[in-house]
Amino acid sequence: MLGFLIQRLLQAAAVMVVISALVFVGVFAIGNPIDVLIAPDATQDIRLDTIRRYGFDQPLWKQYLNFVTSLVQGDFGRSFVFNMPVLQLILSRLPATLELTLVAVIGATIIGVPLGMYAGYRPYATASRAIMGLSVLGFSLPTFWIGILFIMGFAVELGWLPAGGRGDTVEVWGVQWSVLTLNGWSHLVLPALTLSLFRMALMIRMARAGMREAMLSDYVRFARAQGISDSKVIFGHVLKNISIPLVTVFGLELAATMAFAVVTETIFSWPGLGKLIIDSIQSLDRPVMVAYLMLVAFLFIMINFSVDIAYAALDPRVRSGRT
Amino acid sequence: MRRDASPFLRFWVEFAENRLALFALGVVVLVVGAAILAPLFTPQDPYDIGKLVLGDARRPPGHVGSGGYVHLLGTDAQGRDLWSAILYGLRISIQIGVTAGVVAFIVGGSLGTIAAFAGGRTEALIMRFIDLQLSFPAILLALVISAILGQGKWQLTIALVASQYAYFARTAHGAAVSERAKEYIEAALSTPLSSRVVVFRHILPNCMPPLIVVATVQIANAISLEATLSFLGLGLPVTHPSLGTLISNGFQYMLSGRYWISIYPGIALIVLILAVNLVGDQIRDQLNPRLQR
Repeated sequence: MLGFLIQRLLQAAAVMVVISALVFVGVFAIGNPIDVLIAPDATQDIRLDTIRRYGFDQPLWKQYLNFVTSLVQGDFGRSFVFNMPVLQLILSRLPATLELTLVAVIGATIIGVPLGMYAGYRPYATASRAIMGLSVLGFSLPTFWIGILFIMGFAVELGWLPAGGRGDTVEVWGVQWSVLTLNGWSHLVLPALTLSLFRMALMIRMARAGMREAMLSDYVRFARAQGISDSKVIFGHVLKNISIPLVTVFGLELAATMAFAVVTETIFSWPGLGKLIIDSIQSLDRPVMVAYLMLVAFLFIMINFSVDIAYAALDPRVRSGRT
Repeated sequence: MRRDASPFLRFWVEFAENRLALFALGVVVLVVGAAILAPLFTPQDPYDIGKLVLGDARRPPGHVGSGGYVHLLGTDAQGRDLWSAILYGLRISIQIGVTAGVVAFIVGGSLGTIAAFAGGRTEALIMRFIDLQLSFPAILLALVISAILGQGKWQLTIALVASQYAYFARTAHGAAVSERAKEYIEAALSTPLSSRVVVFRHILPNCMPPLIVVATVQIANAISLEATLSFLGLGLPVTHPSLGTLISNGFQYMLSGRYWISIYPGIALIVLILAVNLVGDQIRDQLNPRLQR
């Protein structure tokens, strides 16, 4: 198990280095940041001075090296637009995205898995067909379109819920949270639901497929033959077996949902990371883009890593196969 | 049905048994047909800026504009007839979605098959890279690439291909590895056939069923992703609106009750995506050996 851990950690570190180089070169190709930083009527002296101050006169590899060096020291650079340290900027936006993502993914799991299990348990029941129809909808409708429909229905027509913003927040450990106030929840419900529909559809499908296969398997037949009730078979045996792919999806979706929050946050003007990255792409705010992408990459790698570990813990076959 | 009926006929008969899928196929054919023949059914060429009249902007459905014809679905913020703009937008969306899907199919399919056939270091290198990419969400990759390349049809297609080919590669690789171990490939390799012939004439055709399944999903995904990017302002420019651009343009007017600018293009988009997905679902069920009756 320890060898497996170390091997995975080394791989993760290598991947991180590769991604940082790719991101840096990729982002470097976008536009000329000087145009953003300086007024068009600035003199040549100011122009050159700014270029030198931000290190744009150095070759690309040297800029990358400087970037990595300061990165290791915990310095992500300064945002061109907000003129504040990028790390501080990102950390101030992170809680909003985090709470949106968590509520969406946890909600999708709590609702989606039981629905999917039922649909797999009684595949031909009308309710199951309705559930599957719902999941096709959840898969097909683009996130931004669901958001628009929700705003249209609940905010504009019915006027029940606000169309955007974060609402009242409560400060805990120096961080603002919307999940702790009623008003915050009223702002959170629509974006979280928008974001979660796709994951919910996915959870329904995974749970249903797992359930259908499991119900036909020998161990279920055997358990039933012993006279064990269906509910005991399902919650005692089947759930454990189908939870392996579900844990993978949960982990991977957590990260993917954070990425997808870009769309949801733009629609609901939720002041999180996703809105920050769209704004910074449009305003060519390079340090913010690089830092955001690195952060997401880091999160992805960490989540993949934890999923691998969880897999090994849940499935003895993986553990014995790799160590 | 006769026993010796061709596999395609048998496939079709089984497909037609599912009424919903058949209906969805009809919708797909109808929508694609309407998009291809768009100039025949539309009163206005939405790309001809000279013909747009700003006085006609943001009119509700049924308004008779300065052109003397009824705007069935109203007009958008630039004074475009929405019905025309939607059909032309569908054209762009389908074109980009299908092109991206087909190119990703070819690139990913060959890459995966070659990796499986080559084995060793080459395989490890290709598949590691693809695993790495797959662990990254497609939307973020597409977002970054289209930000780098800028707006436009080709830039968008490249971004979509780059974020989708990996799904094909992974699928092709999995199928090809299991095919490669079979005896008929061993037999083919023992003849003087070149390995290229073995890969493309023997292995690849047998990897087709799972690849086709991925293709139906990915084409729907490509259309949806294109719309999303355009909605975020990174896809197509306002002068050549795709469905996503139209929806995005209308979004800012929705809070003031001018719902039609966003809603109608959105309906066109989801009808298309939903229909493609339903057809794909049926094809997947038929090609999945685990559910074979």
